[in-house]
Amino acid sequence: MFLARVIGHVVAPVNHRVFEGHKLLLVRPVDPQEKPAGAAVIAVDRVDAGVGDRVLVIHEGSSARDLTGEPNGPLRAVIVGVVDDVELETP
Amino acid sequence: MFLGRVIGRVVCTRKAEGLEGVALQIVQRLDEAMHDLGTPFVACDTAQSGLGDVVFLEDGREGCYALPVFLVPVDAVILGHVEEVTVPDRGIAWREAR
Repeated sequence: MFLARVIGHVVAPVNHRVFEGHKLLLVRPVDPQEKPAGAAVIAVDRVDAGVGDRVLVIHEGSSARDLTGEPNGPLRAVIVGVVDDVELETP
Repeated sequence: MFLGRVIGRVVCTRKAEGLEGVALQIVQRLDEAMHDLGTPFVACDTAQSGLGDVVFLEDGREGCYALPVFLVPVDAVILGHVEEVTVPDRGIAWREAR
């Protein structure tokens, strides 16, 4: 899983059952200090996140299939939590 | 998954088993500001895309679940056609021209 910031959303007609009823959100991976940490990806939202939220994203196929209950779901990225707080050990 | 634009297509009369009847498109990945990102690549198409279409793709093995034949090893599949992309803090409000 990785931390990310929701930066936008994508509207697309549903082509596969696994996307039915779920928003497609654009998330930018960030490090714990909120610095960008990779290219933005599209994730299926399962926790009603919105633009500007900091979220937890799982980016792994079998977990995504378990989460969506779709044994043949063609996806890997699923938003699994809206992050309220991150605590880091001070160096 | 990520955004891409279809910029071309590839025709292969001899293909790996399981790819028969699967369209192969040349795709340019797009970042969240709809700018080109990286080198164009070839993806299988499950959304009947046309030249210039903005699409979303899966680049992991999971994309193969969208193909007609089960578990054909592929690494990039177009999953759907995009109508709208909104990124408020980048001032992006892209909509497909109708």
